[in-house]
Amino acid sequence: MFDLDLWREIFQSINKNRTRSLLSGFTIAFAILLFTILFGIANGLQNTFKDAFVDDAKNSIVIRTGRTTKAHNGLQAGRWIRLKNEDFSFLDEAYKDKIQYLTARIYKNVNASYKNESNNYTLRAVHPDHQFLEKTLVKKGRYINQNDLKHKTKVAVIGRLVEEDLFIKTEATGKYINLSGVQYKVVGVFNDDGGDNEERLIYIPVTTAQLIYGNNDYIDQINIGYNPKLNYNQAIGFGNDLTKELKKRFNIARDDQRAIRVMNMAEATKSIDSMMVGLGIIILVIGFGTLIAGVVGISNIMIFIVKERTKEIGIRKALGASPKSIVSIILIEAILITAIAGYMGLLIGFGVLKLVGPSLETYFIKDPSVSNALVFGATMTLIIAGAIAGYVPAKRASKIKPIIALRND
Amino acid sequence: MLQISGLHKSYAIGDSSLHVLKGIDLSVDEGEMVAIMGSSGSGKSTLLNIIGMLDEADSGDYILDGLPIDNLTEKKAAVYRNKFLGFIFQSFNLINYKNAIENVALPLYYQGMKRKERLELGMFHLEKVGLADWAQHLPKELSGGQKQRVAIARALAANPKLLLADEPTGALDTKTSHEIMEFIQQLNDEGKTILMVTHEEDIANMCKRIVRLRDGVIMEDKKVTQVRAGQYV
Repeated sequence: MFDLDLWREIFQSINKNRTRSLLSGFTIAFAILLFTILFGIANGLQNTFKDAFVDDAKNSIVIRTGRTTKAHNGLQAGRWIRLKNEDFSFLDEAYKDKIQYLTARIYKNVNASYKNESNNYTLRAVHPDHQFLEKTLVKKGRYINQNDLKHKTKVAVIGRLVEEDLFIKTEATGKYINLSGVQYKVVGVFNDDGGDNEERLIYIPVTTAQLIYGNNDYIDQINIGYNPKLNYNQAIGFGNDLTKELKKRFNIARDDQRAIRVMNMAEATKSIDSMMVGLGIIILVIGFGTLIAGVVGISNIMIFIVKERTKEIGIRKALGASPKSIVSIILIEAILITAIAGYMGLLIGFGVLKLVGPSLETYFIKDPSVSNALVFGATMTLIIAGAIAGYVPAKRASKIKPIIALRND
Repeated sequence: MLQISGLHKSYAIGDSSLHVLKGIDLSVDEGEMVAIMGSSGSGKSTLLNIIGMLDEADSGDYILDGLPIDNLTEKKAAVYRNKFLGFIFQSFNLINYKNAIENVALPLYYQGMKRKERLELGMFHLEKVGLADWAQHLPKELSGGQKQRVAIARALAANPKLLLADEPTGALDTKTSHEIMEFIQQLNDEGKTILMVTHEEDIANMCKRIVRLRDGVIMEDKKVTQVRAGQYV
């Protein structure tokens, strides 16, 4: 029930005891402010790490080849190792259950033109799975599909910036683009979070590229997305198995570091993830520390307030105040101050983060912010703590015999 | 109006206990004006506090206006204090952040009276003590005598059966004391029952009956001829 008179009493008490109210409010606002800023900065650090890996799938393994550096099994050093379609099929067969996505990649530099516009771009000939490994976001049309592979169709999926450069405000899908003398039909346009360079790429089917550029079955690179069910250690083991198996296949010395290179994101991800966990623990410790400091602060203030008001409580009781009304007047005041001050601390914290956030990017703190739910939770914690901290002394005060309270001159 | 018999009260002081009231029998009729006298430590304030339900007796009977006062819960005591009793203290005990009218209206707030009504009634009592012009002033802006008059107005606000005064003139100079006493006598003339603790002979003589306490027992209980305070003012 809303008791206007009770609220009037409380507002009068807050208003007429401004120093007390401001001081207690300040403590709470400060605790929430610190909490917000610390959490924001920590989140900013996390964002930076997350951002570094947003572009490519976390579970990727890349296989590249080069020249052998060591003689092995009677073969000379300096032999050029090249991947072929049969190697791709071999991996596909041999590690079926460990591989989620698999694609080959062939690189070419092409001169692309449409009508009067032309420019040089990097072309990647790929399998359909490439879309998921590179996290390519198809904006219009479609990506390369199995049908394209099978029929070696001359289709291309172009980056957003390629469309912008060559098609100048017109729709690219359905039109024909000339890539170094060969006409390809544009079937899709894509975005990529990896930056402008990633949006200046052209994808065509790997089989088409092999047919047109050299009529061979060479592959420049194989990208694997390992089964996400593998844990880090299993994934790292998988990478090592691949290396061993491929070295055997190509007759390469075990300690030859150049001929076959297997880059496993699991290794990097593992260390990043454990770092994130560490960071998370630090954040939690700091956050809880701040909250506990705030709670202790409120408790102190509440005990002080009740002590200061002992005489007033005695007077009120002598005039006929029930214990319940004494408890509620003190408690509601405490909760009100905590809520308002907490909210102010929160607003200031948000403001500070917004204001200085952009300038912190040099310090690896990107977009420092906190979720509303988190700060709301922190404020609620403080309010509940304030209520409990206030309830105990308020209850005790309500039980004081008025005569003892009044003697307290 | 008030019957007390065999009242005992002791306080624990460390390990020992101090026996303050050692069997008090006292009866006060309606319309009386009684001074309770005694040196400090005689138990006079303790007696007043027990009568005022600010403190509890260890044993003995206390009947107020036909209502036995025992086994009081805090809540019940609060209701009784509010309905039956008005307090006047030596140190006034006004709430310092409330102005005069709000202080006077506070007992009415605890009766659940509406704000408008209680401010009206409070104003009526303030007028009665001659402080209508000071209604919006805070206690710190008032003189001692004015503060005590606000306190009296507050004690009267809930129209109590019994007015309890603990050294009401203790913090005031002689002239102001007499003004306050004149006012209290006037209330008694109008029919209020008044019980007052004092250690000043001249103030006690302004009552109609003097009860003297020493070491927790009543030494003397006699009616006196009332000295009117008005003649000094």
